[in-house]
Amino acid sequence: MPNKIPRVPAREQDPKVRAHNFDEVCYGYNLEEAQLEASRCLHCKNPRCVTACPVSIKIPEFIGQVLAGNIAGAAATIAEDSSLPAVCGRVCPQETQCEGSCILGIKGEPVSIGKLERFVADWTFANASAQETACSAENAPQSDPAAHRCKRKVAVIGSGPAGLACACDLAKAGYDVTIFEALHKPGGVLEYGIPEFRLPKEKVLKHEIDEVRSLGVRIETDVIIGRTVTIDSLMDNEGFEAVFVGTGAGLPKFMGIPGENLNGVFSANEFLTRNNLMKAFRDDYRTPIHAGGSVCVVGGGNVAMDAARTALRLGANTTIVYRRTEVELPARKEEVHHAKEEGIDFQMLTNPVEILGDERGWVRALKCVRMQLGDPDESGRRRPVEVPGSEFEIPTETVIMALGTSPNPLISRTTAGLETTKRGCLVADESGATTRPGVFAGGDAVTGAATVILAMGAGRKAAAAIDAYLKSKNA
Amino acid sequence: MFKILEKKMLNPTICKMVVEAPRIAKSAKPGQFLIVRSDEPGERIPLTISDFDPEKGTVTIVIQPIGASTRSMVDDFSEGDCFADVAGPLGNPSEFVGMSPEELAAQRVVFIAGGLGTAPVYPQAKWLHEHGVPVDVIIGARTKELLIYEDEFKSVCDNLYMCTDDGSYGFKGVGTARLEALVAEGKSYTKAVAIGPMIMMKFSVLTCKKLGIPIVVSMNTLMVDGTGMCGACRLSVGGVTKFACVDGPEFDGYLVDFDEAMRRSAQYKAEEGRANAK
Repeated sequence: MPNKIPRVPAREQDPKVRAHNFDEVCYGYNLEEAQLEASRCLHCKNPRCVTACPVSIKIPEFIGQVLAGNIAGAAATIAEDSSLPAVCGRVCPQETQCEGSCILGIKGEPVSIGKLERFVADWTFANASAQETACSAENAPQSDPAAHRCKRKVAVIGSGPAGLACACDLAKAGYDVTIFEALHKPGGVLEYGIPEFRLPKEKVLKHEIDEVRSLGVRIETDVIIGRTVTIDSLMDNEGFEAVFVGTGAGLPKFMGIPGENLNGVFSANEFLTRNNLMKAFRDDYRTPIHAGGSVCVVGGGNVAMDAARTALRLGANTTIVYRRTEVELPARKEEVHHAKEEGIDFQMLTNPVEILGDERGWVRALKCVRMQLGDPDESGRRRPVEVPGSEFEIPTETVIMALGTSPNPLISRTTAGLETTKRGCLVADESGATTRPGVFAGGDAVTGAATVILAMGAGRKAAAAIDAYLKSKNA
Repeated sequence: MFKILEKKMLNPTICKMVVEAPRIAKSAKPGQFLIVRSDEPGERIPLTISDFDPEKGTVTIVIQPIGASTRSMVDDFSEGDCFADVAGPLGNPSEFVGMSPEELAAQRVVFIAGGLGTAPVYPQAKWLHEHGVPVDVIIGARTKELLIYEDEFKSVCDNLYMCTDDGSYGFKGVGTARLEALVAEGKSYTKAVAIGPMIMMKFSVLTCKKLGIPIVVSMNTLMVDGTGMCGACRLSVGGVTKFACVDGPEFDGYLVDFDEAMRRSAQYKAEEGRANAK
């Protein structure tokens, strides 16, 4: 009878309240709620959720452990396949992955796998301090610099999801791993891109990164590979035998419409970096940010939702402008739902054609046209076409472009033998091997903008490939 | 952490600091810049490299307080203190760093330096001088007490021309007027490089167009990460959007849209005013 129980909702901050703060939206489950939700799992013989998970977490197994009250066991089960459960439980698009494949979802609502994963991770943080002190003696040899000396060195470039996942697996396999991070804080997009209200930095991200460090992984911030030091120099002069490139997204894309260089037009990357990494929303930080009274965000992905909800919290009336319909919005369903609850206006089937400025060169309005869906394009989605004569203006002080990114050229320009696609992405095979021996790559740097979990999956695959490569190469 | 080994006020507002940053010192080339974040609440500030010493593992920067973060760098940090973050070297090296000896042998370069931009001219002039290229340097300021780097330049250029708007020292007038005078006297240059306030670079370009001298400018735009991620540094060069951090910071002066660049630089003036008032 377990599937007669309706999906247990996770408690959330009231939309009216949270529209004015940066605290986390979702409170997650407590033990009782988690166990009730866990009791809904049918423990399928061929669990489709596991196949649908890019890192193949043993989902029914950990859910069973939650039900049995063995949360530490559940954490250990997840840890076999994922190094960032508190992050993935919060930001994965579960509806298209594990939960999208759940049998319960056919007739009703799938098991809330993401919320359960998050519960296990949060419970572990909250209850681990006592345990950690007990095992720290056991872990000590790993952080002992002497122990590193005999190990083979691998460099990981970028401390985002791909890099962290790759570094974890390599450290567990006994390698001496150093992560090089260009920014001043580790985490990549988890730090600069995803806002506090979806992924708290101190409470959650810092913990996850500390976990990675506790495996013996060193993280060197402020090192821009390709500038501060090149891949060649890491391999020739610093003794790194293999390199993983997980540099993530790159230069922000713009539409190429008139007015994009007016004052008050920002990339989502700039807007979010100012607020997340540079903490512009906090009075005790010096970073300026400009939202003004009204903001239009162009785009329909998670980054667009994050930018819009950030602008809203900074006090702006916020509109999302997207050229297809709500069905095609690439963002997680939960984010769209939350954004609507918070009062963000959605202008669907709307495409900007020009940004209009005032006499001082600041944005005053976004000129748009209405669209309708035509025949499917190569992606299978129906192509939006312009409705003739439908031009109109949305008055706005700020325009934020959330249209994705094109790859950062720093590494491909400065590393010989590293081929790129014509779009500038690094060429890598299934395992992550690039066209240069010993150099592997994964995540957005290879695929273009995708998700945290796909990047983690690529990082893990590359770690296995690096292990195999170094074993075949011998010492 | 990046230790400040030396701090010196060069004039009433411009401060020079020598900072320990061994990895950067080893890789730096003339024309590149750094991102400095002084402490946790501080912004990431792009600063052009004024000198570097790979043996000592140091880089030299000059800072002029404009916003809250640069003010704090100058007021709150002393010799022996550490900056939380120094990242770089960023941007592309000056184009002549990649030139062949034959190309270099054909060059006669004049630098037009103003304000804070005087300091980053130094490693470029030094590099060219060491490579046997004739180098003239014009340094301009409003008045005598604001002129910086005069002694440093003496040993790295063929001719040094100091100018002040009020005539309190050297040539009376702006740097571009000095350049026009030099050309009128019969000097000729294959290339000009202007580094300084955008308005000065804009007028340097106008003068050079008139004189038929190609000119390179170093664009000190707004930036957040400095590594090619945020797009805050975008500017129009020949009608095409470029990113100062990965495509620059040096561009063909003839092609830069200075009016747009100056307008974009003032984008956070209102917010900065509020922060300074805090």
